[in-house]
Amino acid sequence: MNNRVELKNHQQEIFNFRLRLFIGIGFAMLLLGILLARFVYLQAIRHDYYQTLAEKNRISVMPIVPNRGLILDRNGVLLAHNFSGYTLEITPSKVVNLQATIDDLATLVDIQPRDRKRFKKLQAESHDFETLMIRSRLSDEEVARFAAQQYRFPGVEIKARLFREYPFSEKTAHLLGYIGRINLTDEDRLDENDSLANYRGTDYIGKTGLEQFYENELHGTTGIEQVEVDSAGRAVRILSRTPPVSGNTLILSIDAKLQDIAEQAFGELRGALVAIDPANGEVLAFVSRPGYDPSLFVDGIDADSWKELNESPDHPLNNRALRGQYPSGSTIKPFMALAGLFYNTRSPSQTISDPGFYTLSGSSHHYRDWKKGGHGTVDMFKSIVISCDTYYYGLAVEMGIDNIFNFLSRFGFGKKTGIDLEGETAGLLPSQEWKMKRFKQKWYTGDTVSVGIGQGYSLVTPLQLAAATATLANNGVGYKPHLVREMKNSVTNEIRKLENKPAFDMKLDPAHLELVKRAMAAVTQPGGTAAQASAGAPYTIAGKTGTAQVVGMKQGEKYDASKIDERHRDHAWFISFAPADKPRIAVVVLAENGGHGGGTAAPIARKVMDYYLLGKVPQPVVPAGKPIAVTTPAASGVQEVEAD
Amino acid sequence: MTRRQLWRRIISHLDLPLLAGMGLLMAASLLTLYSASDHNFERVLAQGANILVAFCCLWVVANLPLHYLMRTAVPIYVLGMLLLIGVALFGEISHGARRWLNIGVATIQPSELMKIGVPLMMAWYFEKYEAGLTLKNYIIAALLLLLPVALIARQPDLGTALLISASGFYVLFLAGLSWRVMGGLFVAGIASAPLLWSMMHDYQRHRIEMLFDPSQDALGKGYHTIQGMIAVGSGGILGKGYLNGTQTHLDFLPERTTDFIFAVYSEEFGLVGNLILLSMYCFVIARGFVITANASTYFTRLMAGSITLTFATYAFVNMGMVSGILPIVGVPLPLVSYGGTSMLTLLLGFGMLMSIQTHKKLVKS
Repeated sequence: MNNRVELKNHQQEIFNFRLRLFIGIGFAMLLLGILLARFVYLQAIRHDYYQTLAEKNRISVMPIVPNRGLILDRNGVLLAHNFSGYTLEITPSKVVNLQATIDDLATLVDIQPRDRKRFKKLQAESHDFETLMIRSRLSDEEVARFAAQQYRFPGVEIKARLFREYPFSEKTAHLLGYIGRINLTDEDRLDENDSLANYRGTDYIGKTGLEQFYENELHGTTGIEQVEVDSAGRAVRILSRTPPVSGNTLILSIDAKLQDIAEQAFGELRGALVAIDPANGEVLAFVSRPGYDPSLFVDGIDADSWKELNESPDHPLNNRALRGQYPSGSTIKPFMALAGLFYNTRSPSQTISDPGFYTLSGSSHHYRDWKKGGHGTVDMFKSIVISCDTYYYGLAVEMGIDNIFNFLSRFGFGKKTGIDLEGETAGLLPSQEWKMKRFKQKWYTGDTVSVGIGQGYSLVTPLQLAAATATLANNGVGYKPHLVREMKNSVTNEIRKLENKPAFDMKLDPAHLELVKRAMAAVTQPGGTAAQASAGAPYTIAGKTGTAQVVGMKQGEKYDASKIDERHRDHAWFISFAPADKPRIAVVVLAENGGHGGGTAAPIARKVMDYYLLGKVPQPVVPAGKPIAVTTPAASGVQEVEAD
Repeated sequence: MTRRQLWRRIISHLDLPLLAGMGLLMAASLLTLYSASDHNFERVLAQGANILVAFCCLWVVANLPLHYLMRTAVPIYVLGMLLLIGVALFGEISHGARRWLNIGVATIQPSELMKIGVPLMMAWYFEKYEAGLTLKNYIIAALLLLLPVALIARQPDLGTALLISASGFYVLFLAGLSWRVMGGLFVAGIASAPLLWSMMHDYQRHRIEMLFDPSQDALGKGYHTIQGMIAVGSGGILGKGYLNGTQTHLDFLPERTTDFIFAVYSEEFGLVGNLILLSMYCFVIARGFVITANASTYFTRLMAGSITLTFATYAFVNMGMVSGILPIVGVPLPLVSYGGTSMLTLLLGFGMLMSIQTHKKLVKS
């Protein structure tokens, strides 16, 4: 009995165990089934997705930055080029204690406070995973010293990079501009042009000047390298490679030597000079003084240098030739004379009697001539040679503002010239319409008087005046001034000349032109306002002096340069072209606070012309501050020195 | 004794079908290891040595008669508990967990010992009280399980604690724990989940969070899961070919010779390879169940069933973790991952299975 119960229990037990075991087997099979389902899902259904992810892990597309195009002058002199050098760079996200690391680095490599400041600024502008430069242009010795200690500095590395160098430094700064690190604004603009992809890997972009204007030509096409990388981002092997295409070489119409001579001729003076070939609008020299060192911007400028440049009373960052707007002063007179002839307002032989001032009928206000007591009997020829104000007060009023506006705007006044630089200003050629818009006032005849001598509302830029002077020299056939003559393709070496057709022909009467040009030639002869400018020159210079007032004079007050603060002295203008009968060069000079055009501005133009026409290199500069003394009979008089 | 007789003597207590299944998996291990270690043959040799040492232990255990096996249960369990208490008091901390104990000659991880010790002890206990099992016996057996599990969970080593719980639970289940009690425990478990959550360490919570959305920290804690899934998924049907796995050879896979070796295998051999691997596991597990079904005593049935189910669980947890359906709990892929300790523990278990299979005939006769 007992036995049977036990047996039964035993069988029951075996049965129970078998049942549980089957459940266990089912459970194990369920687990394997879940795995199988998961594998099918991942490897068959979602395979494409994970395949893409694996490829993205594995393949990194590395940009190969193209070499930036060179900039040469018309004779092949290098103005901007690239050289390879070593930089010391830090990736902030890979460094534990940035400050300590930099202090440590300073024991191996010379790190100046300005390097640290610049690094801080860079850091503020960038993401932490980017590598940022702490020092550029390491010497070979510094490279060797760091390389030996590199293991101590995770996240710090030496990189070979191409640097932009401007051999003429500040002498070409306003012309070439500079390249600088691509900032967020640049990025947005590139994005709009759909060219962001072409800038992958590029750190620099043209910021001003020709570097900015011809950015597309200079940058080139970025190459692509598909690289297999490991999880640490190290390249394992190259899968495919599309080489980069270097940027094109710009060949300028600028003559570097001429530019250099013009720069030196300014001495300590501030101002601008633009020299143009009247026959084709090619800019031969383009100067704005003072300049600045563009390399400061290439590496990323530190706050101190920036402050110094920005707050300097000399405003070195201001491109005076392109953007400086000044009253034209008397340099407008030859153009006014042409206008008077064009509208038949005055004939060449018609004379006025100059008492030393001009009055409008029904008014007692005296518009003064620069010469007290006046010039006596003045015809058109004489009015230019001696720069008679009274003549032009009357001429302007007789012609009326509408005619003045129409004629001068055909010469390009009040409009951008369209030169190949960004940021040009348009100057100001006043009109009735303009005054109504600007001041909500109608135009008074009194407003017209001062326009006649280039004062009042009118403003010009040195470039504008140079373009107008070139047009005048070229008998009314105008060209858009331009700095780049041709471009050389970096791959084919093919040279592409930029289109160079006359922009307009004013169809001026040759007789009118002949008169005005003859008078301008007489300006530089004894008895003219710039007689000393052409003394001893084997060619004739046609010119016109001008003075732009910085502070207004009260009625009856006499201008005395010696009593006025230097920065309140008048600006000196000189517009010119030579040789007078067959012009090959037009030069416009503005000397800020230079006083009299004939005394300070004209000698600068002369040096430029001497080199361009004769190949003459000027003697070492006379010590600054001393006026250049050239004794001619006409220059000896006080009147001449004060004349504008 | 002739050479033939000697050979017979050597293999007499080995279960050849089980041995064949294990051998296939081990071959897959060596093959994959060569790829996972970037053609490092020394790694392969080292794993070969691990297998050899573990196999010797397997042979010894397989040749032990069952009553010897039973007699080791209490000493192993007691030793294991003492060591676990030792760890809790004097253990060495590494990676924020106290798991290792320095016993002078070497540092050991007592929780490994308990992977065998706990089911062994429980099976021994049930065998002892086989005659009339009451709820009290089940409670005592559960305590035998929970004590070491609690100590291990405190280290903290949640993965091992859960796996030992599983092997102990299999013993309880096979020993006939009533469905009603299991149902009650299940409900209680669900209810206490929030409490458990609050008791967990931050890194454990992160691992569970990562499971639900690995992409929320793709470069941090979700990295392992994501890279594992990419490796498996990009393998496709046929795989990228042996030694051609990009995830493996470009260093995107973490721990690829140990816990993530399955990702390497899966990337290079694809779905077809996975089917073959699953078949091998299925074969070993099936053989384990056959041995369990044929086992002659209560103790051996419980032991064999628990070993087999635990083996299945290890394989599931590892492959599930690599393919992203389970959280990352440091569990190696049984018989395939590189490592001496886990190989030894596993082969000791298989040694017991073989002993159970080969000694019952002797008992019968």
